[in-house]
Amino acid sequence: MELDSAFWIILTGSLASASCALLGTFLVLRKMSLLGDALSHAVLPGIAIAFLLSDSRAIIPMFVGAALCGLLTTLLIEAFHRKWNVQEDASIGIVFTALFALGVVLVTAYAGQVDLDQECVLYGEIAYTPWDTLIWNGVDVGPRPVWILGVVFILNILFVCTLYKELKIASFDSAMAMAVGVNATLIHYLLMGMVSLTTVAAFESVGAILVVAMFIVPGASAYLWSDRLVTILCLAVLFGVLSAWVGYWIAGIWDSSIAGAIVTVAGAIFLLSLLFSPNQGVIARLWQRAALSVQVAQDHMLLALVRRFEVDETHRSSREELLQAASVSHLVSRLALRSLEKSRLVVHDSQGWALAAGGKQEALRLLRNHRLWETYLSGLGLPENRVHGPADAVEHFIGRQLAAELGAEVDQSMDPQGKRIPLSDD
Amino acid sequence: MSDPVHPTEAVPPIQIHDMTIAYHKKPVLWDVDLDVPEGVLVGIIGPNGAGKSTMIKAVMDLIPKASGWVKIYDRPYDQMRSAIGYVPQRESVDWDFPVNALDVVLMGRYGHVGWLRRPSSEDRRIAAESLEKVGMAEFAQRQISQLSGGQQQRVFLARALAQDARIYMMDEPFAGVDAATERAIIDILIELRSQGKTILVVHHDLQTVTAYFDWVIMLNMRVVAAGPTNEVFTDENLQKTYGGRLTVLSQAAQAMADHRRGN
Repeated sequence: MELDSAFWIILTGSLASASCALLGTFLVLRKMSLLGDALSHAVLPGIAIAFLLSDSRAIIPMFVGAALCGLLTTLLIEAFHRKWNVQEDASIGIVFTALFALGVVLVTAYAGQVDLDQECVLYGEIAYTPWDTLIWNGVDVGPRPVWILGVVFILNILFVCTLYKELKIASFDSAMAMAVGVNATLIHYLLMGMVSLTTVAAFESVGAILVVAMFIVPGASAYLWSDRLVTILCLAVLFGVLSAWVGYWIAGIWDSSIAGAIVTVAGAIFLLSLLFSPNQGVIARLWQRAALSVQVAQDHMLLALVRRFEVDETHRSSREELLQAASVSHLVSRLALRSLEKSRLVVHDSQGWALAAGGKQEALRLLRNHRLWETYLSGLGLPENRVHGPADAVEHFIGRQLAAELGAEVDQSMDPQGKRIPLSDD
Repeated sequence: MSDPVHPTEAVPPIQIHDMTIAYHKKPVLWDVDLDVPEGVLVGIIGPNGAGKSTMIKAVMDLIPKASGWVKIYDRPYDQMRSAIGYVPQRESVDWDFPVNALDVVLMGRYGHVGWLRRPSSEDRRIAAESLEKVGMAEFAQRQISQLSGGQQQRVFLARALAQDARIYMMDEPFAGVDAATERAIIDILIELRSQGKTILVVHHDLQTVTAYFDWVIMLNMRVVAAGPTNEVFTDENLQKTYGGRLTVLSQAAQAMADHRRGN
């Protein structure tokens, strides 16, 4: 029984998370993340009215009520925003709070007459999943939420797969969608309809916090890892399911709320994505910046050596001199010097440091870039004493093609201070 | 072959009849009434707020008309949708959207693909060819935010080419692009015209109007003049289009808007 209930809870959490993550990715991409939150609250009056009319907690009327109410919400938001000039975020806020409040009024006013209370509608509890069993033809076929969410998940998959290209173009460029005959408005309402449906199904099984979070967090995390829509959708679903598994496990250890733990894990996945994603991640950017400053320090050392070499071919520089020349922090310059030595661009003996053959070639290339840039700037009318600083900053980034273009632009023999510009080696 | 600038009796690709457009009840474009002949390269010019983009959007049914109608080859737009290729303004989309250049161009084929189906290998071939035509073949797999403004504009143009249309509507394709891209775009427009296509281009640079376009529509909340460039692109018409505000029209529009709001 113990293992059994764990299985059902994890399955329920996974199905709910995956369903929300799949649709939520589109909401995130359309910059409508909070619409999931809004719809999840605004469907309450629809559920309440369905309860009152059908006088039961049957699934079908509840879904119909919620879906209609979700559609009404979307229509009202659109109407407020487009027809009556209310700001879009304000219209979302107005519509969902007002409808939610109406729902609360209906639920509390008629709670005595039908088997309905705020708790069960608003705060579904995933931990009760294993005991909410579905009896079919007298046989226990497993928990009801698993069946409901399973169906919803399959519907969502079908929805995204069959309308993938329509969803893509309508989300990216709705005017173009209309121009090629894809009804972007219809797609918008279909998406909102699916979001409403998913919301209701997930809300009553797993609770508000899980639903609202899963519409936003997995999609936003996945977006950091890829720039392909298909990959992002798959990753979002994967992150949702992963959150459910790890979250359940953590909730077990801490004896805490399962839904809370699942969402916390989703948040942690987002944080890790933010730190470690290869292109946009904080770590990747820090690493690139560190690599660049080591590179710049190396360039400065090579330039210091080659300038000495120009005057005296047998000159040896001291280690301290080179570290100074890098004009960056001590740690970075030591790293840079070590890497120069390792790649055999510089050599040292008892008298000090000098350029190796490869280092000399690279240093002359840098010196050429530096002086070409100085000459170019002075050609633009900058005074001689103002061209060194900019050239110092730009020299590291001048590739072969730009160097060739610069060479064609300026007189290649002398820089503004009358120093010789080294010849190009190609 | 007949003179495309002065057509005789062929069905015009675009007929606009008495079309008025209003935003929030305030008219922004009044009583447009004109026929665009086949096989011409048309520049739509006029000051900011003159209704240039509004006009092409209204022709394509992207915004509702307050009155009047548009016919494409003598048929309603709905039946002729696939005859029109569209290049929207570059700022109208989110360039951080996770698609690459080829994906965007492939969107131009969606109208031919139809609902619920996937683009075929033929569609992919056409998309790749279109990218090639605008000189962007090597960037096919590049995420669109990593393209320069000029390259993004070329991708949009390639997408319109992939639509394989008879009429093209382009909303400021030259805005914010470098000289090389402008040249490349105009070369393609000229090639399209030589294939008998009709092209309408919202344009800002008055210097290049006579060089680029054989027809102009001069707008300022109404059609000031429309016709062959050498006939209507005159100092007098320019003065009417750009000189001063059309106070009567904008005052009337404002009055209508105020009235509807019940002031």
